[in-house]
Amino acid sequence: MLLALLALHVAVALAAPTVAGRAGRWVFAFCGLAPAAVVVWASGRAGGILAGRAVEETLRWVPALDLAVTLRVDGFSLLMIALVSGVGVLIFAYSWSYFEPRPDLGRFAAALTGFAGAMLGVVVADNLFVLYVFWELTSITSYLLIGFEDDKEEARGAALQALLVTVAGGLAMLAGFVLIGSAAGTYSLSQVLAEPPTGTAVGIGLLLVLLGAFTKSAQVPFHSWLPGAMVAPTPVSAYLHSATMVKAGVYLVARLAPAFGAVVFWRPLVVGVGVATMLVGGWRALRQFDLKLLLAFGTVSQLGFMMALLGAGTPEATFAGVVLLLAHGAFKCALFLVVGIVDHEAGTRDLRRLSGLRHALPITFAVAVVAGASMAGLPPLLGFVAKELAYDGLLADAHQLGLAPLAGAVAGSVLTFGYTARFLWGGFASPVDVRAGAPPHAHRPSAAFLAPAVTLAAVTVVLGALPGLADGLSAAAATALQEHHEPPHLALWHGVTPALWLSVLTVVAGVALFATRGRVEALQERVGGLPGAQEAYDRAVDGLQRLSEGLTGVVQNGSLPVYLAVILLTAAVLPGGAVLLGGSLASPPPLAESWAQVVVTVGILVASVATVMMRRRFAAVLMLGSVGYGVALLFVLQGAPDLALTQFLIETLSVILFVLVLRHLPDRFSHHRWRLGQALRWVVAVGVGVFMFGFALMAGTARTRQPISRYFLENSLPEAGGHNVVNVILVDFRGLDTLGEITVLVVAALGVASLVRASRRGEPAGP
Amino acid sequence: MTLVLPAVVGVLFASGTYLLLQRTLTRIVIGVSLLSHGANVLLLLSGLGAGEPPIVEGHTTPVRAYTDPLPQALVLTAIVISFGMTAFLLSMAYRSWRLTHSDEVRNDLEDRYLHARGGGPA
Repeated sequence: MLLALLALHVAVALAAPTVAGRAGRWVFAFCGLAPAAVVVWASGRAGGILAGRAVEETLRWVPALDLAVTLRVDGFSLLMIALVSGVGVLIFAYSWSYFEPRPDLGRFAAALTGFAGAMLGVVVADNLFVLYVFWELTSITSYLLIGFEDDKEEARGAALQALLVTVAGGLAMLAGFVLIGSAAGTYSLSQVLAEPPTGTAVGIGLLLVLLGAFTKSAQVPFHSWLPGAMVAPTPVSAYLHSATMVKAGVYLVARLAPAFGAVVFWRPLVVGVGVATMLVGGWRALRQFDLKLLLAFGTVSQLGFMMALLGAGTPEATFAGVVLLLAHGAFKCALFLVVGIVDHEAGTRDLRRLSGLRHALPITFAVAVVAGASMAGLPPLLGFVAKELAYDGLLADAHQLGLAPLAGAVAGSVLTFGYTARFLWGGFASPVDVRAGAPPHAHRPSAAFLAPAVTLAAVTVVLGALPGLADGLSAAAATALQEHHEPPHLALWHGVTPALWLSVLTVVAGVALFATRGRVEALQERVGGLPGAQEAYDRAVDGLQRLSEGLTGVVQNGSLPVYLAVILLTAAVLPGGAVLLGGSLASPPPLAESWAQVVVTVGILVASVATVMMRRRFAAVLMLGSVGYGVALLFVLQGAPDLALTQFLIETLSVILFVLVLRHLPDRFSHHRWRLGQALRWVVAVGVGVFMFGFALMAGTARTRQPISRYFLENSLPEAGGHNVVNVILVDFRGLDTLGEITVLVVAALGVASLVRASRRGEPAGP
Repeated sequence: MTLVLPAVVGVLFASGTYLLLQRTLTRIVIGVSLLSHGANVLLLLSGLGAGEPPIVEGHTTPVRAYTDPLPQALVLTAIVISFGMTAFLLSMAYRSWRLTHSDEVRNDLEDRYLHARGGGPA
């Protein structure tokens, strides 16, 4: 059924452009069927999965290579499905209102459906390679979505940056998967996690996989693609930030952390990067004026928080991370939808220009307040529950993690409070900044436009006030990650605990941060930007471009002799080195089998060197003919009369052919002045010659089996009725080969005829 | 196995390679011919050495006395095909001469442009 659901996404995506041609905006209703079907299926199976019975499906793909598409849905996957497909349905509903009718909606809807399907694949894949394929599919579909407004250079650049960063990380991850999988002896994710392999190779593999997860989840220093991706239409931003794409890295780290958390570098690295990302993202969010960019940096910050919690790999932190994943999905998506509505109705997202929207857009404002409060971690919302759990978990695990992550989380939460206040105040309440121009007039959004955001805000409130409703799902998700741990029940009120005091501290410090925002902004001005990750990306891309141009310039220099020399030298040096290193000669062979052989050989050698030395065309061709006749004599001595006969005949024909052509050409070869070039040619030539000599010697003495020709010799007369075995081989035993040979000759003859005739017809007026 | 036949192979390949690396089309074609001679001798070497021509007359001669017929069949094919190729190359050289009055392989212009762009030595 899961496979069918994935196939449904593909089918719907393929049909979307056609449907959009007929139905216009209603294509989103059509495409929404795919995630809706997933939601229905998941609801039906939820009972069993929550009770701990994972759903598995296998499609044998290449049985000989032990490749199978294995899908597995446990509690954690179910939670991710709730995010991916549940939020997906809302996004499609929202897109229906968001877009004006336009001709390329079909393309957009198709990419969005494909994106939803790819993300679904990531969270249900059990085979590492299948996971990788879906992972890269999310990169490719997100590229199409971010670059949807493809007439804008900014959009194309941002799309490319997202693609390059995440695919580069994905490739590293693939190498990591191979290292880990080959050490574990299986590429099944669940089996690798059940018996985690150890060793240096596994360590390197984990680092590579983490590189993939960090780039995908926009962790410092790879975070700059995510704010850039804000050029995408708002439904894409909302989906990408809340439920898909960036959650993929967090998802993978969450899967791996319990099994590999004990690896020596894992916790310092993952938790360190996570906390750093949380702080950098929060700090940057505080200085944004574009509401969407502010939220984007907020996402970076929250992703860091989740990465730190889920990467810690301890039971309490994992549970907190799972709840945060759920809470963040709801409030971040709602906030993006709100920004989309504001942008749509007021025509700007600049918080210096926006003013008094709380009166013009009361429902939108209410949704923003609820979702924002959840983001800032205020009771009685789901975000508060998650943050309390996070403080609790980090406190409980302080003996393992130290107090630094806790301090980082509190500081990050203060920043989160600060930028949330900036968002709400700047977007809805602040008096207009006259320098930025007159405040725009806002229209009221339709009910359908508001519905998805309201739904998400309602989820945030209900699950916050009655956290028991999410208990089953989050507990099952945490248990799927941490088998032997009974997670605590979700509750709004934990009593007066240290975590509560930390929450109070967070709120107080957050309020202070907001109250002193003028001074904070001044400080940010003075400190300036952090060493820009964006700049690093630009430089890396520039450098790569220059490197490849330089390399191409050197390698592809246009000179045929150089190309040939490189190929020939490689052919001589690589196997030649192997012959020198590993080859051996059983016994030095005799000089020759007969004196006649020596005489003919000397003749060939002399004629061959003379062919090279001749400066006149005819002389060179005559010497070439002598070589041919010499080789024919060799054939006679070797006991091959057929060969000798053919060789004499063909050599004569060749010489005639050469003479026919050469009578048109100048008498002498043109003279070359560049002596070094000729010397280098000699070096290559002698190298090839020496290698061929050694190779012939070694290969000739390396025979270990009887030749198969005995069969031909014995059966030539009785089976084919021919005395001449060579002829029988050509026309009977290997008759098809001869047919091929004749075909080659026919093609060559056609080529010759057309070349000669064409030149007669197209003869220029010159000599 | 003898020393002289590998020597023939080596010298033919060396001379052929040297000519192949020239810019004059005629010399390149001659080089290809030398290379195919070398390849033919190399093929012949893969047999067991000199012997009676493989022409059987009932069961009077023991099978061992014959020279290996299979490489001969291969070489025969190779000779004919290399003749076809020589003819084709020669007509191309002829046509190139008719059209451009040049017997030289020039550098590819596009590649030279790339080379200059890449900042390599011109």
